[in-house]
Amino acid sequence: MSEGATLGEIARLVRSKNAGPFWITLDVFFAEDDDYQRVLRSGTVNRNQVSHLYGVRAGDVQIYELPAIRVIKISFPKPIPQGAFLDNDMHAGQSFLPLARLAVD
Amino acid sequence: MEASDRVSVIFPVGMLGGGFPAATVQRGIELGADAIAVDAGSTDSGPHYLGTGTAKTARAAVRRDLEILLTSALDAAIPLVITSCGTSGTDAGVDWIAEILTSIATEHAMTFRYATLYSELDRDTLHAARAADRIHPLPPLGALDPDTLDRCTHIVGLMGAEPIAEALGAGAQVVLTGRATDTASVAALALRRGLPPGPSWHAAKTVECGGLCTTDPRGGGVLVHIDHGGFTVEPLAEHAACTPTTVAAHMIYENADPFRLTEPSGVLDTSGASYTALDERRVRVTGARFEPAPRYTVKLEGAALAGYETLSFVGIRDPHVVSNIDQWIKIVSDTLAARAESLAGLTERDFQFRLRTYGANAVLGSLEPDTAPVREVGVLLQVRADTQDTATAIAKIANPILLHAPLPGMDHLPSFAFAISPAEVERGAAYEFVLNHVVEVDTPGELFRSVSREAGHV
Repeated sequence: MSEGATLGEIARLVRSKNAGPFWITLDVFFAEDDDYQRVLRSGTVNRNQVSHLYGVRAGDVQIYELPAIRVIKISFPKPIPQGAFLDNDMHAGQSFLPLARLAVD
Repeated sequence: MEASDRVSVIFPVGMLGGGFPAATVQRGIELGADAIAVDAGSTDSGPHYLGTGTAKTARAAVRRDLEILLTSALDAAIPLVITSCGTSGTDAGVDWIAEILTSIATEHAMTFRYATLYSELDRDTLHAARAADRIHPLPPLGALDPDTLDRCTHIVGLMGAEPIAEALGAGAQVVLTGRATDTASVAALALRRGLPPGPSWHAAKTVECGGLCTTDPRGGGVLVHIDHGGFTVEPLAEHAACTPTTVAAHMIYENADPFRLTEPSGVLDTSGASYTALDERRVRVTGARFEPAPRYTVKLEGAALAGYETLSFVGIRDPHVVSNIDQWIKIVSDTLAARAESLAGLTERDFQFRLRTYGANAVLGSLEPDTAPVREVGVLLQVRADTQDTATAIAKIANPILLHAPLPGMDHLPSFAFAISPAEVERGAAYEFVLNHVVEVDTPGELFRSVSREAGHV
């Protein structure tokens, strides 16, 4: 991968989904261990970055590393609960995009 | 119930009514299945279904799946467990599935015993529990306001494995439950045979979406063999495979914490689990632990009426308006607010509305990172008010604005594209999820009601 690639370009799949009506979870799958390790080493995926991308408090962001299946998982409370008047996405399935567009240093 | 060395369960599909090839269930039975389990509910599709006590699935699709599962289970003399009946697991949802079940039984001249386990909760019980400080919030919600309980049209508790195991132990060949945890059915089938909770709950979590833990989620479900040392999972579609990655990956699906899953009786901890390929399509899983909780807790789900809604949708192709869509939306919003007050005496206290710009940033809103120019925009007007009449009145007042609103400097009255007439669509009542709490109980079954019934007897 070239320098300045986005997380979505490096990963095999970036997906998002509700985890119950009040939480959202994002999963980043990597095909190769090198890609997974490169992203972890870059420090690109961190609480402050997620806070900035999604407008949530950094202290509420949970980040998990799953090396056995080469996954980085991010979870945080939904700023707007599922199905509320201001919710645009009942399943939160399209919320992966800001994360996928993130440039990896 | 006598103990077993192994329990094998077919989980044919992620949701009853979702569809699966009938041959996949037959294959599972030939491979030695001891039971069939399937889930029929979820909060995934939003608060409407719990709010109204209606199902998101089509009756014909549910009947088709249920007919295959029921005839297969009775022919093989193995139990069938269906959890979270009717999408939200209300009493009406259980009765709906029971009615379909008995109509199939009559058509096939089958007789059998079945149990209905109801999990809808009345407010008085919960007010008393709250007063006794036995209801606790789950993040991100705070302490329960008693008014919130009163606002709910339906409240359900998520049952664990114990009430299901008890009904099976009492001789039910089919068990239909109200809201239950996604894992309760498979766990009940294993735990009642004396199998350890670590493998039982982890196996249940792995298969709760059927084929989603395989290489072909749409091909059919899975068969899981649970024993004292762990579990083995295999797909029921011949062409599909379970791999260590597809199986391990399911633990993270729609789950905030990939290692810890909270159940009423404790917490499943999969941080020490290992996933090994037995061959090209079967995976062996060991190492999960189950930590019993000091207190048995039942999670609550509740939906409250939030108002009534009317929608309208208009398409814009005029390049000048499309390229200035934010300005156009502001003009429409301001004009609508002004005319609602001047024409109908309605203010922001009486209604609220949103204008989403599909094609621009309707999906991601302020989080949209892309700035590429758009070609056309669909504008969705959503109005919410205390009555349907008010919501529709606002949408009707909005109609000529959505049709004709010009941008400053335009020397003609434009007309934008409605696809339907009338432009307004009454959406009816709107609901919202308002509970994310647990209630402490002394015994696993105390909030739930079990009824034993006979099907097919005249």
